[in-house]
Formats: sequence, structure tokens, C-alpha cells
Amino acid sequence: MVLLTRKAEFSAAHYYWNDAWTPEENARVFGKCANRNGHGHNYTLEVTVAGEVDPVTGFVVDLKQLKDILEQEVVSVYDHRNLNLEVPEFAAHIPTTENIAVAIWNRLDGKIPNAKLHRVRVYELADLFADYYGEQA
Amino acid sequence: MSAPTTSRARAYLSRRYHLSASHRLHVDSFTTEQNRAAYGKCNNPYGHGHNYTIEVTLAGPIHPATGMVCDLAALDSFAQTNLLTVFDHMNLNTLAPFRDRVPTTENFTVEIARIFQTFPHAELTRVRVEETSNNSFEYTLRPAPQTAAQTTTKG
Repeated sequence: MVLLTRKAEFSAAHYYWNDAWTPEENARVFGKCANRNGHGHNYTLEVTVAGEVDPVTGFVVDLKQLKDILEQEVVSVYDHRNLNLEVPEFAAHIPTTENIAVAIWNRLDGKIPNAKLHRVRVYELADLFADYYGEQA
Repeated sequence: MSAPTTSRARAYLSRRYHLSASHRLHVDSFTTEQNRAAYGKCNNPYGHGHNYTIEVTLAGPIHPATGMVCDLAALDSFAQTNLLTVFDHMNLNTLAPFRDRVPTTENFTVEIARIFQTFPHAELTRVRVEETSNNSFEYTLRPAPQTAAQTTTKG
């Protein structure tokens, strides 16, 4: 089995807010991320898939195909958007780096031909990233 | 539209910190020649230094109220107190953890793991230390999940 990783980038706005809390609680827990006018990041997405090398093509997956899937399922939906307001999964979930990794996993799981999703890594900053490996037994 | 996110999904959060410190690789029980042979220019009696990058990975369920594995401000504050204040712009050889241990980056990595294991809000699973852009060291407390070889593709 071989692991293959493809990167993609998107830029988006977000803010952190829990509707069940008072504005003071939101400010205390989320600090400047609670600014409801939002702020933004250049996100880097790394998607790692696992599979066997096809004996004819020498590929685990066709990279062009994987690139197109990432574009269609994630980048076209997230790039230059306000995640809180324009991406449906964040209507009920705060778009933290952790939740973005889970949401991207859910968008991609089962959609990669001939390979299994292994890891979704989302960089919010070069010094901050979240990994998700799916639901673990 | 995708399925909703799992409310108690387990995720891994990694944070990188930067510090600069000096050290000298030298073992008192070795002869001068043995130290020179083992450590080469790192045995220079006057020491040398590096810009270290410390990458810590913490795992836990994503808290449904915050969407986070742990409060990043709490982690940064912990790192400031227990990592950066202790080691940044210091000579590692003069510090307590390295009184009886040579401050190789291997030993530094294990020491940093010992420190972050006491962070109370999430489980430390891995520490990775870059000594230079060419050298990095990892200490794993809990391996990342593996993916089985069998492939499945849903329609």
C-alpha cells in the first residue's frame, strides 16, 4: 500500500461564535476570533489517500482526477467564501480548523476511486494545523 | 451538501513554536578524542546554537460547544510558560534537564514530550523538533491511526 498526498489551497473568512452563549462568554473563549465581522486565512489542505499501485499505470490514483475532486468538492465551495454564512455544514458547527478537517473528510469520503481516504490535514497557519483520520473504532 | 460533522469526532491539533538556544554535545565520561569522534564540530567547547522549531500534536474529541480539541490560548500560554520561557535564548547545557544528559535534539525532544504530557486539556501524541531545516526528530507517544490496505469506493 502507498500513501499519496495532494495539496490544495483556499482563502476564506470565518468567525467563532456559539449562539448558546452570551457575547461576553464568546469573547472570553474565542478572543479576537469572535469578531462577528469575520477575519480570514489562506488555508492549505493536504489530502492523503491510501491504495495499491496499479500495475499498469503505476498510479495509486490519477492525480488529475484527485485534483478535480478536491476542486469540485472543496475548493469551489470554500474558496473566497465566508464559511459561517455560505457553507452549509458550518451553519450548525463552528468553522474551527478541527471542524473544517472533519467537514472536508465528510465531503471526500468514498469519492476517491480505487483509494481510501487516509488523512485530511488543514493548515490555518503554517504553525497551526488539524488532522482528521475519520471515525476511529 | 455533505453529511454533518461528527459532534465528538477525534481530531489531532498541531502547533509549532520557535525558539533559539545554544548547546554543546559533550559527555564527561568520554575522553577528548571520544567526544571529538562522537560529536565532531558539535563538541566545540564554546558551544553553538540553532533556531529550533517545536511541533506538538495533541489529540482529543472535538468539543461540541467550541469546535476545538483544546483552547489554543491555553496551549499557547502553557507553551510560553513551560517551553519558551525555559529554553528560548538559553544555553541548554546549563539547564536542569541536561545536567546529566547530553542536549542532543533526541534528548531535547523527549524532554519536551515530558513537559507537554502535563498539559491538562488534551492528550499529547507526538513531538517533532526541527534542529535545522535538514534535521528533525520525532517522539511518538501514540501512533496516528493506520489505514487498512483494502480499498473501498462508494458509488
